[in-house]
Amino acid sequence: MSTIGLETPVGREATAHHEEDTGFWSWITTVDHKRIAIMYFVAATAFFFIAGLKALVIRAQLMFPEQTLITPELYNQFFTMHGTTMIFLVAMPMAVAFFNYLVPLQIGARDVAFPRLNALAFWIFLFGGIYLNSSFLVGAAPHASWVGYATLTSPEFSPGQNTNFWLIGLSILGIASIMGGVNFITTIINMRAPGMKLMRMPLFTWMTLVTSFLLITAIPVIGVALIYLGFDRLFGTVFFQPAGGGDPVLWQHLFWIFGHPEVYILILPAFGVISDIIPTFSKKPLFGYPIVVYAGILIGFIGWGVWSHHMFTVGLGPIADSFFVAATMIIAIPTGVKIFNWLATMWGGSLKFTTAMLFCVGLLAVFTVGGLSGIMHASAPVNLQQHDSYFVVAHFHYVIVGGAMMGLWAGLYYWFPKVRGRFLDETLGKWHFWTTMIGFNLTFFPMHFAGLFGMPRRIFTYSAELNVDIYNQLSTVGAFIFGISSVIMVWNIVKSWRSGEPAPANPWGAPHLEWATPSPPHHYNFPRIPTVRSREPLWHKQERDEILAVTMPDPEEEPLMPNPSYWPIVLAAAITLSWALVMTGIWWVIALGILPVILATFMWAFEPAFPEGHGH
Amino acid sequence: MSTDVTHAHDGADHHSHPSASFYVWIGVILAVVTGVEVAIFYIEAMDPYEAPLLVLLSAAKVVLVIMFFMHLKMEPRFLTWVFMAGVVLATFMVGALMVIYHVLPRFGGL
Amino acid sequence: MAQAATASVEEHGHTSTGVSNWKVGFWTFIASECLFFGTLISTYMVYKGRAVVGPYPEEIFDVLHTTISTTVLLFSSLAFVLALHATQQGKKGIAILWLFFVIAMGAGFLYMEGTSYLKYIDYGLTLGSSTFGSAYYVLTGTHKVHVILGMVWIGALIWLLFRGRIPPAKSEQVEIAGLYWHFVDIIWIVIFTLVYLIQ
Repeated sequence: MSTIGLETPVGREATAHHEEDTGFWSWITTVDHKRIAIMYFVAATAFFFIAGLKALVIRAQLMFPEQTLITPELYNQFFTMHGTTMIFLVAMPMAVAFFNYLVPLQIGARDVAFPRLNALAFWIFLFGGIYLNSSFLVGAAPHASWVGYATLTSPEFSPGQNTNFWLIGLSILGIASIMGGVNFITTIINMRAPGMKLMRMPLFTWMTLVTSFLLITAIPVIGVALIYLGFDRLFGTVFFQPAGGGDPVLWQHLFWIFGHPEVYILILPAFGVISDIIPTFSKKPLFGYPIVVYAGILIGFIGWGVWSHHMFTVGLGPIADSFFVAATMIIAIPTGVKIFNWLATMWGGSLKFTTAMLFCVGLLAVFTVGGLSGIMHASAPVNLQQHDSYFVVAHFHYVIVGGAMMGLWAGLYYWFPKVRGRFLDETLGKWHFWTTMIGFNLTFFPMHFAGLFGMPRRIFTYSAELNVDIYNQLSTVGAFIFGISSVIMVWNIVKSWRSGEPAPANPWGAPHLEWATPSPPHHYNFPRIPTVRSREPLWHKQERDEILAVTMPDPEEEPLMPNPSYWPIVLAAAITLSWALVMTGIWWVIALGILPVILATFMWAFEPAFPEGHGH
Repeated sequence: MSTDVTHAHDGADHHSHPSASFYVWIGVILAVVTGVEVAIFYIEAMDPYEAPLLVLLSAAKVVLVIMFFMHLKMEPRFLTWVFMAGVVLATFMVGALMVIYHVLPRFGGL
Repeated sequence: MAQAATASVEEHGHTSTGVSNWKVGFWTFIASECLFFGTLISTYMVYKGRAVVGPYPEEIFDVLHTTISTTVLLFSSLAFVLALHATQQGKKGIAILWLFFVIAMGAGFLYMEGTSYLKYIDYGLTLGSSTFGSAYYVLTGTHKVHVILGMVWIGALIWLLFRGRIPPAKSEQVEIAGLYWHFVDIIWIVIFTLVYLIQ
């Protein structure tokens, strides 16, 4: 098993292959899931630096008590946009980049079910993200935090366009998320290679399926809440306005009915990534595969019944609180089960600590810390003490950065050779990992103490009498180290993209179907579709030989792939524009804005998806 | 979920469709049930049972439309599961919010 | 290995389940819409009986009027399923006729609901008059936007049928639009009961 990498043919460089168009317009019009994935990754990394810089300004402001580096108003905009950007424009699209690249390759398909819809979702995401950040250019960035609690967002307390940018921007991003969810559910259900039964799918594909279901079910809830907020602000409804009989707490319910499944939307892809990586570098199949799958489904399902644990301080009463305490503690069980499955996979395996594996092990360590502090404030009485303090900030950074982002970075090192045909530099990778671990823990571990000693979150400064200076100073130093680690990562990507060490088709000796293609894969993925007979098809000699005989040689005639198209980017621009026009609050302007959308939709619908002569 | 069906089907003939008169009958049943619902609404003697009866009857209408007009009954079972994922979560959400807003307050602030 | 060289990715056939991508994708979208309308309905139910100023639902709702518009929408679903039936049998003229009926009934529904809106506004129920006004108009208004979009879609289908571009083998194009139209009808069935009948 250990020599698989040597037996298989080397990358694309070595074989004659069809020259693809790589010009600028070919990227604009592409419907290839692999190119869309690369664009998602680049865009998400750019947003990661934008939001990271905001975090560094925040940390600089908090380094010493009673500083006035930035104004309170700007501080509000910075922490709001830091959170909003990191969640909706970094963690989610970064995961979607992996969905896009890997799902069709892992299930043995040539592309996703709806390639043009895939491109459309990307462009909507990109334009929505640019729109949201453009608010800084007009000095009116959102300022009511990423949860946008009523009545901070009421016209009364948030005049101006700040909150309008937020609610319209998030609605635009929501459209892209639902399109992505529909696309990946259809792809996974419908596009599997012969023999690729559901219970043979790689864990990453499984977690993509669960995440996609969470996307299509949770996003509509926040969508409606944002519609209410927009109506409250622009057309005078009273959904969240106490003066008109509205209940601000309803916003909290709707937000967290979406918001808690959202947490699992962020973490489950990372769980999928490490469930694929750990077995490869332990040279053992995943321990208890069905249990890991069922635990993932269960997490997704129970994730719907815990939202009010964000609202214990509202005073819903002991019955409601008890229910949500119990549900929250129950959800720790499937999560814990997964942790033990990963540990059991590593147990007795021949471990190989590449950078990808280091990030997986790092995830297990820091995510567990975040999980434990999560169980602490799952208990309602404890929660009352910790709510809205820096303890909570520490907790969710441990699960989102230490869980979701570490998992995705592990995936970056693992799949980069597949994407580029070159390895990422392992030395720089180890620098990236260790600076991340040190910077991250130095930033967020002291926040537990700052919080328990009474430092509230979302304040632009604090009094020296609170005695939390030292924790804040440690955090600030850590944040800058963390910043440096991100620069190392990007330097590594740029350097290795140009001149990394060439990688063969299956450099790690991994078991799944994506490694049965050349590195990088053909634009049509598989010349012929292989037949799968087990969960680790490349780990069984006979099955591997059969698959590679089908997937590696160049075909005599290339498979027919969908046409590139301009309409995704045009339609995405029209949708973003029509949504942005809602800011005016004028009925006829909004109605006129819908016309380009309808026009572009019809042009899209009547454009042939495949080259002429492909009869259907 | 579903078992794997690897051979392809062509066009519209992969399941038998009911006849036009069958659809008309379903339409008539739907109209009649709607009539019964409105009658329940107007008959005062029915007031104590009104809410549960009406919910039951409209649920029956919904099921009829889904099974026959939308042909879900004739489709592979996994499509029902996809759809039910949405229905179950939506029902759970409506129910939970109703309990939080209308039932729990009756127990004196519990 | 039969689907070697030209297995397409967007057309039907060659799927793991035997059901076309379009149909799976659309049912997934409908599941998503369940949550969308579920949230709208939840909000109406949460605010039920909590409006602090009138007019109140029992003062203004005309159940008989709404029963008629509900029945119209119900029969439009029946007309649609008959249009699909005709398309599958290649009777394109009859299909077009039924689809025209669907659009006409959709328009009739919108007209009747529009007159109700005008009447309610006369009574003083506006978007901002109370939580009842906000929740009622946004819930039913969103449903009406869905009806209008459905009518545009059906209009496009009539054009395609007229040009002879939907032979029986491609009747799924009509079927998918039907899924949408029936779902919009289902939502109204729920709204009719929860909003109008259970006051």
